[in-house]
Amino acid sequence: MAVLLIAEHDNSALNGVTAKALTAAAAMGSPVHVLVAGQNAKAVAEAAAKLSGVEKVLLADDTLYAHRLAEPLAALLVSLAPGYDAIVGPSTASAKNVLPRVAALLDVMQVSDIIKVVAPDTFERPIYAGNAIQTVKSNDAKKVVTVRTASFAATPEGGSAAIETVGAASDPALSTFVEESIAASDRPELTAAKIIVSGGRAVGSREKFAELIEPLADALGAAVGASRAAVDAGYAPNDWQVGQTGKVVAPELYVALGISGAIQHLAGMKDSKVIVAVNKDEEAPIFQVADYGLVGDINTVIPELKAEIAKVKG
Amino acid sequence: MKILVPVKRVVDYNVKVRVKSDGSGVELANVKMSMNPFDEIAVEEALRLKEAGKATEVIAVSIGPAQASETLRTALAMGADRGILVKTDGVVEPLAVAKILKGVVGEEAPGLVILGKQAIDDDCNQTGQMLAALLGWPQATFASKVVVEDGGALVTREIDGGLQTLKLNGPAIVTTDLRLNEPRYASLPNIMKAKKKPIAEKTPADYGVDVAPRLEVLKTAEPAGRKAGVKVGSVAELVAKLKDEAGVI
Ligand SMILES: Cc1cc2nc3c(=O)[nH]c(=O)nc-3n(C[C@H](O)[C@H](O)[C@H](O)COP(=O)(O)OP(=O)(O)OC[C@H]3O[C@@H](n4cnc5c(N)ncnc54)[C@H](O)[C@@H]3O)c2cc1C
Ligand SMILES: Cc1cc2nc3c(=O)[nH]c(=O)nc-3n(C[C@H](O)[C@H](O)[C@H](O)COP(=O)(O)OP(=O)(O)OC[C@H]3O[C@@H](n4cnc5c(N)ncnc54)[C@H](O)[C@@H]3O)c2cc1C
Repeated sequence: MAVLLIAEHDNSALNGVTAKALTAAAAMGSPVHVLVAGQNAKAVAEAAAKLSGVEKVLLADDTLYAHRLAEPLAALLVSLAPGYDAIVGPSTASAKNVLPRVAALLDVMQVSDIIKVVAPDTFERPIYAGNAIQTVKSNDAKKVVTVRTASFAATPEGGSAAIETVGAASDPALSTFVEESIAASDRPELTAAKIIVSGGRAVGSREKFAELIEPLADALGAAVGASRAAVDAGYAPNDWQVGQTGKVVAPELYVALGISGAIQHLAGMKDSKVIVAVNKDEEAPIFQVADYGLVGDINTVIPELKAEIAKVKG
Repeated sequence: MKILVPVKRVVDYNVKVRVKSDGSGVELANVKMSMNPFDEIAVEEALRLKEAGKATEVIAVSIGPAQASETLRTALAMGADRGILVKTDGVVEPLAVAKILKGVVGEEAPGLVILGKQAIDDDCNQTGQMLAALLGWPQATFASKVVVEDGGALVTREIDGGLQTLKLNGPAIVTTDLRLNEPRYASLPNIMKAKKKPIAEKTPADYGVDVAPRLEVLKTAEPAGRKAGVKVGSVAELVAKLKDEAGVI
């Protein structure tokens, strides 16, 4: 089964979720080719070529793909589709945007957000905010699949695949890019971080978020997450939201501070290896999934926690 | 310009669903059903566009069993002008939903279709993109701001790392994210008025769509549970455990 994997990137660097989605793609079959569609994205293609088990990297370098708009990118994928039995992408905003469009153009029912490859045509996927796990078999001739990358280990480097240039497909000219505001940050990305420190409504303000949550995250070398309530209230930017309708994460350590533990939030973090919860309400549902729970006020606990961590880290 | 809003009847977001003991699916008997929360946001956005004079009519459509008409009534009570119920009792996957919606779009010729970004039951996140593909229309998924302007729309989208703004030409598909707006509650007089608003009944066959599922569900299982943890008495104890017992810091 020939598999085409869409690389996630920002034109300059390959995003780490690609190596995780590659693990799922390789479990479905071989050869695996990786598509890098972008503008001035040669470095991305070179990084993808180093991933173990990749047979070939296809580089479509054109202004048309600079922002990976759904319409031209779908046209490109459909033009490449005849050569493949499966088209796979990580469950990122970009792939979730384009792949269903590709699936419909190929008259295929997509399998979304798989957490396990049971067989090349059979997958496990969560439904109802992760309260049930469905095993589904795709009866379509071609498979279109998105991968929940938190559920797969990254494929290591160790390959040296050839890079082949592919021309741009036709431009449907349906939409145009206007602008983008991407926050620059030195912190690890949520979906790649080993430790995540998340704040909830209890934090109280944007200023308190910066004063309490962010320094603790930095002390731990962690990414920062937030509940929907914290994002809706404007304490944290939208792409920090963890949960059913935000990002799904599974770090080594997840620290939930002043978060109640609604099912929609748990859906995004309950597969973390170790969960710590700090909440002043000892009945808060977050404690039902926490390995270590501390009943207390975040305003006093967080500074203490930061000091104690500094101590043990020396 | 007409706006079409597909609304789905789903298990209420407050319900914690249980997997049936025989693995055949989840227990849906007697659970509370509501409109998919993202679809409430879609209805609200359509109504605001109508109130701002950018749209002339808001049409809600639902594909599902007879009870999906309750979901349509909710949309009508919020302020939608009329409803279309495409009645079918079995499972309808996003691809089939998109094909039916394409048929509805053919009949109604809306300038904008606003959908939810995902339904909270199956969490597929596909229908809007699929409809856009089948119609050959532009799409803007995960919208947090929609501005309708001459012959198109300017849409701001929530993407990984920040926000992106796109200009869509001509009739377009928008899917809603959480922060697009806060949906209104239907007032009692509007709930009464909604009872008199028309709901047309159709079937998938009216649109020539075969709804036979492409995905076969082999099994539905409980997720692996987490073992109960411990409460610690102090910050020092917590940090010691993280270091020595869990080895994560
Ligand atoms: C369609 C839909 C999608 C959703 N998607 C998501 C999602 O993706 N992610 C998500 O997170 N939510 C999501 N939600 C929202 C979810 O249902 C909850 O409303 C939300 O997670 C609550 O956030 P919270 O825990 O920060 O706030 P709250 O529930 O208000 O909890 C605050 C907690 O802080 C504690 N507290 C207060 N003060 C202190 C203090 N000083 N010290 C310590 N503890 C304190 C309280 O005891 C309480 O437990 C969604 C909801 C819907 C309807
Ligand atoms: C009671 C029940 C039982 C089910 N059993 C199974 C099963 O056994 N096997 C199985 O594979 N699937 C089953 N499903 C799933 C289902 O038939 C489709 O797969 C699912 O409805 C489409 O996915 P989604 O809603 O997550 O789409 P998404 O793409 O997440 O939905 C996005 C948006 O599309 C629109 N939309 C989607 N569906 C409709 C609709 N019907 N009417 C109007 N607008 C809509 C809404 O605006 C929605 O916000 C069941 C669903 C229900 C409600």
